[in-house]
Amino acid sequence: MSDKAATRYNVGLFVTCLVDLFRPSVAFAAIKLLEQAGCRVSVPPTQTCCGQPAYNSGDRSAATDIVKQVVAAFEQFDAVVVPSGSCAGMIRHHGPLLLGDDPEWGARVKVLAEKTFELTQFLATKTAYTPTAQHTAEVVYHDSCSCLREMGIGAEPRALLDHVTGLNRREMDGREECCGFGGLFSVKYPDVSNAMVSAKVANIKASGAELCVGADLGCLLNIAGKLKRDGAPIAVRHVAEVLADHCDKPAIGDRS
Amino acid sequence: MSHAVTSPDFVNNSKKAIADPVLQTALDRMTRGFPVNRRRAVEALPEFDSLRDEAKVIKDHALAHLDLYLEAFEKKVIESGGHVHWCLTPDEARATITRLVRDGGGSLITKGKSMVTEELGLNAHLEKEGFKPLETDLGEYIIQLANEPPSHILGPAIHMPKERIADIFVEHHTPLGFSERKTTPEELVAEARTILREKYFQAKVAITGANFLVAETGSAIIVTNEGNGDLSQTLADTHIVVTGIEKVIPTLEDAATLLRVLARSATGQEMSVYTTLATGPRRPGDTDGPGTFHVVLVDNGRSQLLASPAKEALRCIRCAACLNHCPIYKAVGGHAYGWVYSGPIGAAIDPAYLGLNTARHLPNASTLCGRCEEVCPVRIPLPKIFRYWRTEAFKQGLTPGPERQGVRLWAYFAKRPKLYRLWTRTAARVLAAAGRGKGRLRHVVGFSGWTNMRDLPAPEGKTFFEQWKNRE
Repeated sequence: MSDKAATRYNVGLFVTCLVDLFRPSVAFAAIKLLEQAGCRVSVPPTQTCCGQPAYNSGDRSAATDIVKQVVAAFEQFDAVVVPSGSCAGMIRHHGPLLLGDDPEWGARVKVLAEKTFELTQFLATKTAYTPTAQHTAEVVYHDSCSCLREMGIGAEPRALLDHVTGLNRREMDGREECCGFGGLFSVKYPDVSNAMVSAKVANIKASGAELCVGADLGCLLNIAGKLKRDGAPIAVRHVAEVLADHCDKPAIGDRS
Repeated sequence: MSHAVTSPDFVNNSKKAIADPVLQTALDRMTRGFPVNRRRAVEALPEFDSLRDEAKVIKDHALAHLDLYLEAFEKKVIESGGHVHWCLTPDEARATITRLVRDGGGSLITKGKSMVTEELGLNAHLEKEGFKPLETDLGEYIIQLANEPPSHILGPAIHMPKERIADIFVEHHTPLGFSERKTTPEELVAEARTILREKYFQAKVAITGANFLVAETGSAIIVTNEGNGDLSQTLADTHIVVTGIEKVIPTLEDAATLLRVLARSATGQEMSVYTTLATGPRRPGDTDGPGTFHVVLVDNGRSQLLASPAKEALRCIRCAACLNHCPIYKAVGGHAYGWVYSGPIGAAIDPAYLGLNTARHLPNASTLCGRCEEVCPVRIPLPKIFRYWRTEAFKQGLTPGPERQGVRLWAYFAKRPKLYRLWTRTAARVLAAAGRGKGRLRHVVGFSGWTNMRDLPAPEGKTFFEQWKNRE
């Protein structure tokens, strides 16, 4: 669409705490993709976390403070792009729930919410970007619950992956089912979490894929961690790495 | 025997449930069956989603004017010759029901399926008072014989394989002259049916629940697939409906809308096999029906729940779709939740009925995946309600120390970006060094919950911000 190509967005990249700590290459891949899509990308240095750990543990006061920090760091941009459905959902849906009625922050948080996107959602719906990457693999896409149900994203990453030369995309059984990560849930209720991720990796294995990709690093650390413990030869990567042609680097949990 | 509340032991309960292969087989079977049936029914009805919107509006309206509709319902019941009893606490409800049962005469009481009577521990109480309550819903009958609590709102014995049911029947039916061990579901049903059939004629009192109370007519509606509720309430001299105050809706038209989403969400049926309206006692000229009709309205925390931000949970019409689609329920089953209501709806309402201190684990044991909200026929925002309870627990100091302090420490750093960078740089390096060469860690001190069963992929080394700073 013409207006897609015409807009040159000033994008603020929200890196996310897990990408910053565990897999910076996802952020570099996201920057590359956004630049290829014609965006100017900035990474505000005052960002840390989206506030979800506090929010989901019931510490509203800390969560509110952190959301304010996100608003202040990102409101200057045309769009906020996040390589995670979970953190994007926090800013987009839960920020206004926390601060929507605040006389000073209410309007600001709502404006920010409206212009916050998950990476594949942004690329597919706001830009004319078409992937040019190449990678030969049988691939299965893992939907994170936050992408699928909170953000309504499912078709976008699949459509983008279908442009990657050499990928043959499969679907797994139980694709709507949670992988059992759930942030702190994974360590608060490890047995239940393990039962859930066991069911998920069984479906991934049964799909016949040799590569599992997803848009949320939390799920991917969980899934890769379980596959590695099982000794299963299935690589796990963030969708941005595949789209940005970064598959020459070790997959998640692989030796470098 | 009354069943102890074990919700505070959710962690141990869930471990045991996960390690129980018989339970796991049963859970696997049911959580594969129900969602497929629901989806088929939903796809066959294009207006299903707009019916859900209507259902939500009906329940919200009724709850917003609960006092008015309950009084209107009471008036209609009295006009048709029945009686209404208002009970604030479980004690009051048990005492009231005991009095009504005693007035009804005889010791045998036939019971239709009622989760509220489970909530009240009514059978144990009535037995203590010298009565013989007999469950007539097949699933309820089985768990009554086995002396177990229900594990599912719809299928209370869904956790049991048929071999176990056969054993239970041999044990309890041999004295009644049925000593042969039956093996097929059809034979088991037939045997239970034969035994139960004559009881309907012997019992002077029947107790049922209600799916809906209709204010317009003073009717109590029940839906069943076995016809047991109808037989119970029609053949006894006294019919006592025991239900929660949130079940009242304005009109029969509203009931029709709710019934359309109920069965489809529950079992994937268009309608349950029997939908029965009870409106007052037998009138002159009626061929059957009870001589006395009572409705016991139970509050037990509902009006407080209605006054809280979790009030949307009161829209629930007990279809169990949230249980059937829940990955936590699928992993641990209903008994792990430790009380009558399990699954997502249990996690939403049990804190109100049991106290947050007792039920604290239930809204915490969720990944907030949202599948429950997605399938709820009355669009209850279950994850939002779980977050509400977590917030309340945090405010009341019920959140365990490590989580509380961990989150506070995290937030302390997260609010100070420079300090945060220093901390993450260190953490990334330490973890990367520990995982060097392998790309993953098999043990991390203080993180055994994760690493006992999964590897932890190692960080790449330097944090993004460290690398970005160098690049810029």
